[in-house]
Amino acid sequence: MNILSARGLTKNFNGLSAVDNVCLDVPHGQVRALIGPNGAGKTTLVGMLSGRVTPSSGSITFDGREVTSWPSHKRIAAGVGYTFQITSIFPNLSVWENVALAARRKLTAAKAVEQAVRSALDEVGLGSRQAESAGDLSYGHQRLLEIAMGLAQAPKLLILDEPTQGLAGGEVADFLNLIAKLRGGTTVFLIEHNMDVVMQVADFVTVLDSGRVIFEGTPKEVKASETVQVAYLGGGDAAA
Amino acid sequence: MTADMRKSLLLHGGVLLGLLALQYVLPAYHHGNLARVMVLASYAMGYNLLFGYTGLLSLGHALFFAAGLYGTGLAISQFGVSAGVALAVGVLFGTLVGIVIGALALRTEGVAFMIVTLMFAQAGYLTILYFGQYTRGDEGFVIALADRNISGWDLSDPSVRYFAAFIVFSAALLMCLTVVKSRFGKVLIAIRENEERARMLGYNVDRFKLAAIGLSASLAALSGAAYGVLFGYVGASFASVQYSILPLLWVLLGGAGTVLGPLVGTLFMFYLIDLSSGITTAYMLIAGVVLVFLTLFAPQGLMGELRRRAIRWLP
Repeated sequence: MNILSARGLTKNFNGLSAVDNVCLDVPHGQVRALIGPNGAGKTTLVGMLSGRVTPSSGSITFDGREVTSWPSHKRIAAGVGYTFQITSIFPNLSVWENVALAARRKLTAAKAVEQAVRSALDEVGLGSRQAESAGDLSYGHQRLLEIAMGLAQAPKLLILDEPTQGLAGGEVADFLNLIAKLRGGTTVFLIEHNMDVVMQVADFVTVLDSGRVIFEGTPKEVKASETVQVAYLGGGDAAA
Repeated sequence: MTADMRKSLLLHGGVLLGLLALQYVLPAYHHGNLARVMVLASYAMGYNLLFGYTGLLSLGHALFFAAGLYGTGLAISQFGVSAGVALAVGVLFGTLVGIVIGALALRTEGVAFMIVTLMFAQAGYLTILYFGQYTRGDEGFVIALADRNISGWDLSDPSVRYFAAFIVFSAALLMCLTVVKSRFGKVLIAIRENEERARMLGYNVDRFKLAAIGLSASLAALSGAAYGVLFGYVGASFASVQYSILPLLWVLLGGAGTVLGPLVGTLFMFYLIDLSSGITTAYMLIAGVVLVFLTLFAPQGLMGELRRRAIRWLP
């Protein structure tokens, strides 16, 4: 069964189609990567899926319900977790409170919140820094905090917009482990530039170019596809 | 966590006890002043909920204060209800005005929100002048001494008045403390810190903001209603721009986003003007200089500065 489906999703900005008639089906539990060259419309597409951008036309179904007209907060309450491409945290609040805000929307009992926060922080390795102001963390740690905020919501679908951007090598490895742990339980939809990451974590890859889906397949198929190489890598000979 | 809670309980309980005790030692003049300050500080606390905690800067709170004041005053003068009932009418009316104006003003944000709230408050002020037949316009009206009592307690009596002001202040303080410590209050702070992130955590930001305005307006109205029955005068000047700016000033001076800041700010400003006007008629000159220094050296207000330097757990 598909947890997320999009049909004919289109977004026009002043006559320019940033996303053009995209159809997508993400089955339960899959780790789906969305790749494509800069300006392909990835963030706009994800914006429509999460409710931050209103589509010009088309429809979105999430968890069996038509959500096209739902405001973002309602979709998130229904089980969509979202992390921003540009880190968006509460810099003046403590690391703990950042995650607690994410957990508290669903959980009311203080004990349950504490447990959810602790496990989300431990999951990303920030457990020892819970008392610090979030704004004092390094950029990489702020990214991890964002992911922890996503996890604390226990979403059915976790949308990650370029999660490894700006992470150091070791942190990327930690991130890969994290996704591996989520596999099966949570459906993950990630925009990713780092092809190594895509090859390692994605079950299935959607390739976007100029607002259209030009290819879908397993990482291996994507790597082998000439269409993708032409569009994504800028020429038939750019096989590296 | 719990240690902080105990300290906070001690501090705020101590402040309340201190205020209660002061009425037995203060000379008559300061006794009356403090009663006034406590009522106005409740107004400032309401303002602080919206400005200090939610991050919404309204320039039209005089409308909510005046709605409470006139709701109560007119209920007494026009409909002859008792002071207790009139007080409730004023608070309800002010809250209602807050929710309606809030729903409209929240369609805007930032500077536009400030201007829209300011304009609504001006419209309210002009409405009071327009219905001069009932409100007696600029001149205002006096609530008769005989009407100013609640179940036998004469609210014009200084001790009773002090005690009533203390009750209003305590109620406002407890409400603020409860809100700030609650899940609801924490979401308000999240909205202040990063609205888009709060929305993308699944919170219905618009509804939280509207609730904050409703709460804030209800405290402003409570303060206005109490001011009417305690001091016996209802006038259009309370609906003017000045009374929208004053709570902002009190909160900024005392410390936006601190529970005790509004009391400290109101008290400070009240006595700053009181003392400097004893020295010279150009008292605003002295007051102005002090304010400039304060904003230069304690930009987070007196309590905000205290929190930053010493008492991190201050709510």
